[in-house]
Amino acid sequence: MAEKFDVIVVGAGPSGNAAAYTLAKSGLKVLQLERGEYPGSKNVQGAILYADALERIIPDFRDEAPLERHIIEQRMWVLDDASFIGAHYRSDDFNKPPYNRYTIIRAQFDKWFSEKVQQAGALVICETTVTELLMDDKKVVGVQTDRMGGSIYADVVILADGVNSLLAKKAGFHAEIDPANVALAVKEIHFMPQETIEARFNLQGEAGVVIEMAGKITRGMMGTGFLYTNKESLTVGVGCMLSDFKTQKITPYQLLEDMKAHPSIAPLLEGGEMKEYTAHLIPEGGYKAIPKLYGEGWMIAGDAAMLVNAMHREGSNLAMTSGCFAAETIIELMNEQKPCSTKNLARYQQKLNDSFVMKDLKKYQNMPGIFHANSQFFTAYPEMLNQAAHRMLKVDGIDKKSKEKAILADFRQRRSLFGLMSDAFKLWRAFE
Amino acid sequence: MHIVVCIKQVPDSAQIRVHPVTNTIMRQGVPAIVNPYDLFSLEAALRLKDVHGGRITVISMGPPQAEIALKKCIAYGADEAILVTDRAFAGADTLATSFALAQAIRQIEKDMKVDMVFAGKQTIDGDTAQVGPGIAKRLNLQLLTYVAQIDAIDLEKNTIQVRRRAENGVQVLQTRLPCLITMLEGSNDMRYATMENMFRAARYATKIWNKDAAGIEDVNKIGLKGSPTLVSKVFAPKPLARRADIIDTESNDPRDIALTLVNKLFTQHPKLHDSLRSH
Ligand SMILES: Cc1cc2nc3c(=O)[nH]c(=O)nc-3n(C[C@H](O)[C@H](O)[C@H](O)COP(=O)(O)OP(=O)(O)OC[C@H]3O[C@@H](n4cnc5c(N)ncnc54)[C@H](O)[C@@H]3O)c2cc1C
Repeated sequence: MAEKFDVIVVGAGPSGNAAAYTLAKSGLKVLQLERGEYPGSKNVQGAILYADALERIIPDFRDEAPLERHIIEQRMWVLDDASFIGAHYRSDDFNKPPYNRYTIIRAQFDKWFSEKVQQAGALVICETTVTELLMDDKKVVGVQTDRMGGSIYADVVILADGVNSLLAKKAGFHAEIDPANVALAVKEIHFMPQETIEARFNLQGEAGVVIEMAGKITRGMMGTGFLYTNKESLTVGVGCMLSDFKTQKITPYQLLEDMKAHPSIAPLLEGGEMKEYTAHLIPEGGYKAIPKLYGEGWMIAGDAAMLVNAMHREGSNLAMTSGCFAAETIIELMNEQKPCSTKNLARYQQKLNDSFVMKDLKKYQNMPGIFHANSQFFTAYPEMLNQAAHRMLKVDGIDKKSKEKAILADFRQRRSLFGLMSDAFKLWRAFE
Repeated sequence: MHIVVCIKQVPDSAQIRVHPVTNTIMRQGVPAIVNPYDLFSLEAALRLKDVHGGRITVISMGPPQAEIALKKCIAYGADEAILVTDRAFAGADTLATSFALAQAIRQIEKDMKVDMVFAGKQTIDGDTAQVGPGIAKRLNLQLLTYVAQIDAIDLEKNTIQVRRRAENGVQVLQTRLPCLITMLEGSNDMRYATMENMFRAARYATKIWNKDAAGIEDVNKIGLKGSPTLVSKVFAPKPLARRADIIDTESNDPRDIALTLVNKLFTQHPKLHDSLRSH
């Protein structure tokens, strides 16, 4: 006899866990399917957790979740070949509980989150891949798994299966993902003693630092590098658009190797022991690339729905929030004894539109296009800024006014006055 | 037919990391798995059940989290799972472990007669290969280790015939039931669990037995007290400071290459040469 549930959630990442937890807590009969050996086993190590989104779902998560360090300092670096110019923001406010952002190790965090899902009453089955959605005419009525006797039925299915949702594609809900809309990110974990990390980054206790990097490290490709402090390790990585990797013919691995050798980065990693190398896609197409988010008997959340704010490197919080909204929509409808039809599920879209999720994505909707069409943001500007700083800071008998003139002349020579102004305008428009 | 399969949860040695600073094994984050050798025994038991019907009970002695390993066995198709867990078992060596498991199997037998016991050939974290034979001795079972294939079982005559790998060939052995079998690695491939069994495992409530439930009265025979084995030292061996040789050969002819290699071996190890001669 085939099993039947109120809801099936595909995927046990942040979006799937948020959805399954919320649904199960409300008493619905929930099945969650995950292809990995355990939740988190397929997920890249080391990430930033934004407390706010999780707090709305599990208010006291801080007492039990495996967290690494809370972030008290953000560094933004623009790198030239052998230098960087940057801004650091460090605040003691960020060092007072309740903390706002944490570094986490995803494999451990996802496992913990999944335990909460199971405690809430959802049935969680791992090592099982959903291969297809079961359709009755145009309505999704369940899923097919890769196991014998694998048809399982439900009133509604939430697709939380991560970037490049094969299921949604197979069902025809959205087209093949455009390589210009996904970034390929690689990262590594470097272990070193807690004291070394604290000394190197001027930290105490459980406080941590994040460094975001842009500039020459990506060789003109649209992307960024990053470095986070964990308790006893550093996460370091770089990501660029997949389409750029294709045309530049450089491997992500080489890019990361070069970045780690940068004279401003190498000393931070020195002596550490590299333990894990992982690569993963990030959907960075932004607002304009968001597919249809719901239909007859189905909803899509998290990375599968392209809900990533690439400008601010936020993904898991949008994933959790969308998963939670999807769940709340179902709970409301079931309470009102209404079917999960396309018309009724439109509430999900409304909830997203009213929240930071769509508001933020809409705000930056032109960003990907601008950066893509204007590689000077990743090559010429970092160089110009670094050289300007170098000129001003080097004491060599040349008066400051002449230095300013030379800097300006340099800027104009590299990029016409019109170009400079139009770049500024483009950015301003996109940020507005 | 009632088969008991003994399994152990072990850290996945392929993913164990040594802490670069303290040089201790980092267990945190290392996934725990069913001892791979046990799976060959479980699959052999499942195949017998496919043909002859009956019940498979999996049993494990270990910490509470070992329940996950037992549930995995339910997913593969075992019928019942018992976790024998008690603080009093901590620090057990193979003598104490085989005692505790044997006692637990005696308890299982009270419910339904046991025809066969399977155990892993050895574990990947202890590598002793002693627990299976220890149980057989205590329960007075016929012992068949390193079994490559089970040829036939006759439940009326209570006999079994197996093929066993021996040093100089294959032995075809026949004996009577009940017996204890440890399967050779590679003797079969674990099946892919069905959806129905995945559901059963996800919902299954493992039976948890403490030492009393396992019928153990004498605490001197379990845990640290019942373990005469002494670990005097644990250390990582220093890598040998030998360099690899790069040998030039006259040609690319495999025969030439082989000859050069053999000559080199024999010059470096004359004793090896002599011993081969004398054969
Ligand atoms: C290098 C890198 C760094 C990042 N850093 C950050 C960061 O610092 N902060 C942040 O907030 N975000 C970060 N992100 C983004 C963040 O990881 C994602 O936005 C987030 O994981 C999305 O959650 P999700 O649940 O939608 O998808 P996922 O976490 O990808 O989970 C999807 C799950 O579904 C499972 N699955 C897929 N298909 C199937 C199937 N057919 N059947 C069954 N199961 C299936 C997968 O195994 C997986 O476990 C980063 C991403 C990358 C790649």
